[in-house]
Amino acid sequence: MKMVVVAGTPGSGKTSVLMHAVKDLVRAGHSPALVKIDCMWTEDDARFKRLQVPVAVGLSRDMCPDHYAIYNFDEMLEWAAAQGANILLNETAGLCLRCAPYPDKALAVCVIDVTTGPNSPLKVGPLLTTADAVVMTKGDLVSQAEREVFRERILEANPGCRIIEANGLSGKGSAELAELMASWPDISGEMVLRHNPPLAICTLCTGELRVSKEHHRGVLRHLDGFMEYTGE
Amino acid sequence: MSQTMDQIIKPLTLTIQGGVDKDGNPDGVSEIEIARGEIIGIVGPTGSGKSTLIADIEQFALGDTPSGRRILINGLEPAAELRSDPRKKLVAQLSQNMHFLADMSVEEFLRMHAKSRGKDPKLAEKVIALANTLTGEPVNPAFQLTILSGGQSRALMVADIAVISDSPIVLIDEIENAGIKKQEALRLLSGEGKIVVVVTHDPMLALMAPRRIVMKNGGMTNVISTNEEEQRIFKDIERVDGWLTALRETIRQGEVVA
Repeated sequence: MKMVVVAGTPGSGKTSVLMHAVKDLVRAGHSPALVKIDCMWTEDDARFKRLQVPVAVGLSRDMCPDHYAIYNFDEMLEWAAAQGANILLNETAGLCLRCAPYPDKALAVCVIDVTTGPNSPLKVGPLLTTADAVVMTKGDLVSQAEREVFRERILEANPGCRIIEANGLSGKGSAELAELMASWPDISGEMVLRHNPPLAICTLCTGELRVSKEHHRGVLRHLDGFMEYTGE
Repeated sequence: MSQTMDQIIKPLTLTIQGGVDKDGNPDGVSEIEIARGEIIGIVGPTGSGKSTLIADIEQFALGDTPSGRRILINGLEPAAELRSDPRKKLVAQLSQNMHFLADMSVEEFLRMHAKSRGKDPKLAEKVIALANTLTGEPVNPAFQLTILSGGQSRALMVADIAVISDSPIVLIDEIENAGIKKQEALRLLSGEGKIVVVVTHDPMLALMAPRRIVMKNGGMTNVISTNEEEQRIFKDIERVDGWLTALRETIRQGEVVA
């Protein structure tokens, strides 16, 4: 079984790019299965189902969607195997940019929208810096010069990555992405994350609603960058 | 199979092998070869597939785009790095986009673009000077890109292609809507020995190209070579265009048209 984790900010075109790549994979004789992770609601599964491949949805609700995905990878792999699939594609919700839900042996794909401007590759953090492939979308909305500057910024943030210029509407770039997915080694043995998740938990994670500092405990960081542990 | 830049540029030919139109019918033009130094037009109504053809050339399609076309360089499939690495890119493209979205200063952006193409960042000054010959509203290096007018943005994009992107194949999508001096821009972009592919609705630009590809319903239906009659008409259009340009300038300057 091969595993692909596709992450990226909301609206960057993860679903559209994946839809084209799934078609290419099926055409090349592979059997992909898809798991879409979201927080509250999604209708992406209806879009994926039109491709006639196995699709499952996981809604994380009260849990961080990336943590939820990581926690449930085993179950997703078992489900994909039961569907007769040989490639598990996992599309993440893509939210706070602090986590990167990439296991070391999976193909890690970060989808990023060129129209967010050339500073965005520096803002995205581990989602981009620890990815194997970075997919640039919406390049048709900017000039070639702007695409090239954007590309340079991605390489500054992640010098070793493979960059794929894709278009979720026309399907440009999906063949290259599908080929990369199909050529990725199978997963085996124990997997670990490429990047550490955020530090510990604080009182907000356990349900505290009050806003002021005095009500909070845990490993906390001040605006000036000072970090401390407050508590028992 | 892998060719060096020098081997590629010296004899450069660009071949478009036909694919299919929007309904899956084969292109009427099964193959067209374009040689070094040639300007070729792409014409056809809106939605006829002109921009798709340009996109096929830009990404060196290998039967892997919706049109199924193949693009060959010197009769061979281009190596993968020629398709993606901007330092080795054979294609410069002026698209229909009239604005920059990058939140950077003009100078910072141009220096960064020069770096991405493996060129000297000092070329930024040259780009700005050249852009200012194409537009009536001067561009200042300290301006934010996002506040530039349509005319300023296009002038900067054209100058950037002429100086920094300086690739042997230049693709131009509808330069006439740019609010800049169009023949001047085309002359700058077409430089010595380049292949220039220009999408246009403008009779003057279309007739400047010795050949033009006709698009319909996503397919390449015909290739027309200009004849003597068209060349004669071209001279008339050139005269009319010069007259209109002079009138426009007179009115702009607040004077009365004599």
